[in-house]
Amino acid sequence: MGSFLHRHRGVAPYLLLAPGLAWLTLFFLLPLAFLGYQSLQSGSFPNYAFTWEFSNYAKAFTDFRPQLMRSLTYAGLATALALLLAYPLVYWIAFRAGRWKNLFLLFIVAPFFVTYLIRTLAWLNILADEGPVVGVLRDVGLLADDGRLLATSIAVVAGITYNFFALMALPIYVSLEQIDHRLLEAAKDLYASPTQAFLRVTLPLSAPGIVAGTLLTFIPAAGDFINAQLLGTPQQYMLGNVIQSRFLELIDYPTAAALSFVLMATILVALLAYARVVGSEKLTG
Amino acid sequence: MSATTAGPAVVTSRLGTGARVWRFVKRHTLTAYAALAFAYLMLPIAVVILFSFNDPLGRFNYVWQGFTLDNWRNWDGVLGLREAVTTSLEIAALSTVVATALGTLMAMAIVRHHFRGRGTANVLVFLPLATPEIVLGASLLSLFITAQVATGFWTIFVAHVMFIVSFVVVTVKARLVGFDRHLEEAAMDLGADELTTFRKITLPLLAPAILAGALLGFAISIDDFVITYFVAGPTQTFPLFVWGAARVAVPPQVNVIASAIFLIAVTIAVVNVIIASLRAGRRQQGA
Repeated sequence: MGSFLHRHRGVAPYLLLAPGLAWLTLFFLLPLAFLGYQSLQSGSFPNYAFTWEFSNYAKAFTDFRPQLMRSLTYAGLATALALLLAYPLVYWIAFRAGRWKNLFLLFIVAPFFVTYLIRTLAWLNILADEGPVVGVLRDVGLLADDGRLLATSIAVVAGITYNFFALMALPIYVSLEQIDHRLLEAAKDLYASPTQAFLRVTLPLSAPGIVAGTLLTFIPAAGDFINAQLLGTPQQYMLGNVIQSRFLELIDYPTAAALSFVLMATILVALLAYARVVGSEKLTG
Repeated sequence: MSATTAGPAVVTSRLGTGARVWRFVKRHTLTAYAALAFAYLMLPIAVVILFSFNDPLGRFNYVWQGFTLDNWRNWDGVLGLREAVTTSLEIAALSTVVATALGTLMAMAIVRHHFRGRGTANVLVFLPLATPEIVLGASLLSLFITAQVATGFWTIFVAHVMFIVSFVVVTVKARLVGFDRHLEEAAMDLGADELTTFRKITLPLLAPAILAGALLGFAISIDDFVITYFVAGPTQTFPLFVWGAARVAVPPQVNVIASAIFLIAVTIAVVNVIIASLRAGRRQQGA
């Protein structure tokens, strides 16, 4: 076997790749192709027929526009919030935590050790009407006496922010951790104030982490349906909720399939727009 | 040394009270913020663990009633919970083994070899990571329905391998990029053939990355809800059990299982961190 590989070195990478690529082709690419096929079908369960039914897509945009917009705004808000909350925290870990860095990083990953659904249900406890947060907010007057957090957009966005926090924090941490401290000393030697040094050295050098964190957070956030389902009401439902119920409850495969592609296309457009903004800022900065 | 430590003290004493307060605030705001942020991250976990000791009056485990150990003693007391946990563990173990093997081989091909289609292979590995889970689940179900495959244990397994593979590839690739190939060349110069070199040199050096990828895969598999929800058919995993229970009332035993998983994972991670920092310390001493 060893000598065989030696004589046919060109074959080796393909042999190594074959099983994994076969798996991904069969159970990732092929299903996506089927989903595309299904998105152009018409009829009603169980007699769907392939008819190039592009109206499924039109229907996805017109009938489910509110859910689509909510997916984008909730995911956008949660991503921005996660960035604002995570950056100072990982900055502190990278520059102030000394030799306990890895232990503090563990705190960021820790929520992932509690099953996704259960940590969302825990927010149900925390934000409950008779819970402590609502009580305090009512006492301070930030919330009306009968005001609530559950079943509002706030609860859904807060849930999404919490659930994907680590996906934002870890890439930023990695990029901050790699910064050569001599660059910061050089900035100081050249009479940069701490603020200037941060804005002109640290922040630009951590940009790759911010970009990666944003992508990693936004994609699952835009496709999420669990937070809206558990912490919200149908008034907060996102595209994910519609796909889920069309697929599994209403057995309307063509619409669900079209919505899936609309979701992917929307995420792609949002990310391209983001890349443009980030790119142009880099050019002007 | 003494001059530099005395320096700031002298400066501080010359500063006014307001400036001193400002300096104190500036120095400690970030630390205070970090403490608050950690509290925020830990809060739901604390709630989950706390409510595993709750003694709810009715079916709803939302309001704190009183402390009890009954839920822990009687963790098995809910119908279907034990089966769901067992299924989750079985699927996670099986799919991790398969995905780790496939992923490690792929990472070796992509990092080690230059061949036609390398870029395509890279993209194909990356794509599942960039696809929303709900689309992965929906498309798999679409395929299974069309191919008239009955959904259940094996369709969950197939789906889990599919999305764990990419995580394994990414983890192992990161380690392979910084791999010193001279060690392998040395082994070959000393007469080892490729398989022996792989077994005695490559695999042991890659072991930490492979293990990290496997642990990550296991954790993702055991936690997965969305994809599993689509392809599970009548099979129940732990997250699916929680979902079903959440529609009526979540029994405190669910909190017990979640707390147990959390404590085991944290223990493994803490031990890992401590060993790593001890090793780093020893290496510094040696240098």
